[in-house]
Amino acid sequence: MVEVVKKGGDTLLDIRNLRIEATVYPPGESPKNIVLVHDVSLTLEKGKVLGLIGESGAGKSTIGLSSMGYGRGGVRITGGEVILNGRDILKGGKEGFRKLRGREVCYVAQSAAAAFNPAHRLMDQVVEATLLHGTATRAEAEKRAVALFKKLSLPNPETIGERFPHQVSGGQLQRVMTAMALCSEPDLIVFDEPTTALDVTTQIDVLAAIKDAIRDTHVAALYITHDLAVVAQVSDEIMVLRHGRLVEWGGTRQIIKEPRQEYTKALVSMHDIEHAEQKPGATPLLSVRNVTAAYGGGCIKVLKNVSVDIYPGQTLAVVGESGSGKSTLARAITGLLPPEQGTVTFDGRPLANRLADRPKEDLRQLQMIYQMADVAMNPRQTVGTIIGRPLELYFGIKGRERDKRVAELLDAIEMGKGFSDRYPAELSGGQKQRVCIARSLAAKPKLIICDEVTSALDPLVANGILKLLLNLQQHEKVAYLFITHDFATVRSIADSIGVMYRGEVVRYGAKSKVLMPPFDAYTGLLLSSVPEMRPGWLDEIRSSVTAGFAKMAEMSDEGISLASGH
Amino acid sequence: MNLVLRLVAQRVALGLLLLLAVSVLIFAGTQILPGDVAQAILGQSATPESLANLREQLGVNDPAFVRYFHWLGGAVTGDLGTAMSSGQDIATSIKGRLWNTLFLAFWAAIVAVPLAIILGLIAVRYRNGWVDKLISGLALASTSFPEFFIGYLLVYFFAVKWQIFPAISTVYDGMPFGERMQAIALPAAALTLAVLAHMMRMTRAAILNVMQSAYVETAELKGLSAFAVIRKHAFPNAIAPIINVVMLNLAYLIVGVVVVEVIFVYPGMGQYLVDHVTKRDVPVVQAVGLIFAAVYVGLNIIADIAAIVANPRLRHPK
Repeated sequence: MVEVVKKGGDTLLDIRNLRIEATVYPPGESPKNIVLVHDVSLTLEKGKVLGLIGESGAGKSTIGLSSMGYGRGGVRITGGEVILNGRDILKGGKEGFRKLRGREVCYVAQSAAAAFNPAHRLMDQVVEATLLHGTATRAEAEKRAVALFKKLSLPNPETIGERFPHQVSGGQLQRVMTAMALCSEPDLIVFDEPTTALDVTTQIDVLAAIKDAIRDTHVAALYITHDLAVVAQVSDEIMVLRHGRLVEWGGTRQIIKEPRQEYTKALVSMHDIEHAEQKPGATPLLSVRNVTAAYGGGCIKVLKNVSVDIYPGQTLAVVGESGSGKSTLARAITGLLPPEQGTVTFDGRPLANRLADRPKEDLRQLQMIYQMADVAMNPRQTVGTIIGRPLELYFGIKGRERDKRVAELLDAIEMGKGFSDRYPAELSGGQKQRVCIARSLAAKPKLIICDEVTSALDPLVANGILKLLLNLQQHEKVAYLFITHDFATVRSIADSIGVMYRGEVVRYGAKSKVLMPPFDAYTGLLLSSVPEMRPGWLDEIRSSVTAGFAKMAEMSDEGISLASGH
Repeated sequence: MNLVLRLVAQRVALGLLLLLAVSVLIFAGTQILPGDVAQAILGQSATPESLANLREQLGVNDPAFVRYFHWLGGAVTGDLGTAMSSGQDIATSIKGRLWNTLFLAFWAAIVAVPLAIILGLIAVRYRNGWVDKLISGLALASTSFPEFFIGYLLVYFFAVKWQIFPAISTVYDGMPFGERMQAIALPAAALTLAVLAHMMRMTRAAILNVMQSAYVETAELKGLSAFAVIRKHAFPNAIAPIINVVMLNLAYLIVGVVVVEVIFVYPGMGQYLVDHVTKRDVPVVQAVGLIFAAVYVGLNIIADIAAIVANPRLRHPK
């Protein structure tokens, strides 16, 4: 009965015509004001979850933090009202903000590893807000914290509070941070990309824990993310934002199933790239055979007996979680980390182990593109210089001829020659990555290693980059070694796939075969952990994923016993 | 904990090795200096025979490495030799002076270190505001003036004009504590002003660096007051660089007081060193040099150890 009465619309948070501005200081120019959030209104009922979704710069975190009266850097709320529990918090001043922060509204940050103070024990930090606001005694607060640790299925809930942040894994820290937010029994929690920094198999676990905790404690939440599939699992309603403006606001099911705005439609139907798998050719372009590599003079083995082939003009996607050794494989192939054992054969001849021993021609044939495009370019060189450099270095092309080639390359990356006088700082993230692609293409390589090249980009921009890469592959007949942690990307572009886990390739073959059941334990777990857009997916797959974890734990136990047998 | 013990042992061993290397340098350095001690003692009118006799007596004719080990062995067992100029036992005459220097340095540090850290915290709290600028400006000004200038300013105002403190810091054995404190007030103040800015600015920079961290934002979003955020969340993580600069300045208070001691005619190590450098009394210069080096190395070892112990990752390994 009580539930029915409550449904009448017990408003917790009512944001009206919010306007947020910031002062930016562009180098060499006078400071200027920019508007981050334009006239956004939203309401949130008690116990409900509203998902805020959008790409970077959409203003989602800024809106979330405004409910605590907080602005990062020089961010200021310059208009509108933020009504929490019936009163406008913007009128409360600094004292008012301090009283509501950590008591009425709590915050869960993207990277718990950075958001916990390394100098204090977890328990002291978890109960800090509760004690500060005097809503419970220390004993009560600690009891509450332990109960929350249990609810969030943390290991050793009684003693985990004694630990320091560095003694706990990233996924566990994220759950401890959720417990920290729940501990002072707030009315509202702002989750700011709480699972974005986690591996996909860890993410699902944390996501499920957060969902249960929200349901059991009846706390309301603003759930901020750029991942529509994630937000579809936890929220009652979704609000789509872009460039600080509201695009669309509706029930989760409606946004996912019947999006009304073009932008939302694009977000929902993002993974629309079709790439027909090509049959492997007669001879591979690059052949990695039984490569073993280690850091620290052989102490830490990071690649164990890895063998893969890449065929001319095709794409091998290497997929795995952080620490699986996929980037190390790239370093071994390029000679940055000379393998201890095994061989790398390129175009029928063996490659020298060490980068320094390789002739210029080998270096030209094998190019690389990185995750962070902005640090992979010299900020003081123009786009034209950056792209022209390989032309001079490898082909001795100079002057007008060089400019002509640069213009052609800019054309190939769909940017136009007007960009050749620009500096990297003047480009968007996607454009920067395109310039890096053009630079690697300038060398006319046979193989490009792409290391997480779309991971730092917004989903729609990343999609554009993938389309471009596929397009270029068709025209230039270049092969890719595509390193990623994202299965959706793999599906879009790969011809063959290698799945890596703890330095080993656990599954390898043509795309159609690798993605076809039956799966080995790890690939199965990885595949079922990739969030799907439909609401209710999380609840469906939870039991199978939990079983998968148990199986993996068993496997790694066996691995340890095998290793100690040597 | 084992890891911490190992690291600490490593630092101590390295410190001892460094000290040994310094002792070689000190010994070699004083050997290279021109001049003949025997000649200095006996004067220009000495006969060649008496010079040779005295050299034999002083052991100057032995090979250098024999003399080095002889000297080092003595120093380790507390025998620093006898002063050539006065014939007094160096260890005995240094004892009182070392104690005087430590007494002065101690009271200067007691004032300067907490003051510098608190000023640093306040500067961070009101960063970029007028309070911050005032603190930084005054601290920089006090450091920029040479010590002797500040010393004479203090003497002019406090001793000559207002006659609150004595201009000459005479201390003697058995002096009552109160009088002793009054005697060292001006040199201690001069030293405090000399070291304050360095520590204060380092504290400010180290904490500001930490203030960028995500955990500081977490603390702010818990509703902590600005000062509580700095004290509880920023300061503990900035402690290692702060300790380092504090130790450097403590070492300076002991080793670098020469000018201040001379200005206030304070019977400390600095004055003792200056006296005997002019007399070309090599054993004294060596002894004082060795003690200064030991103080420097020792304080830096303490800074290293404190930084190790302050790091929760080392204190509580996974």
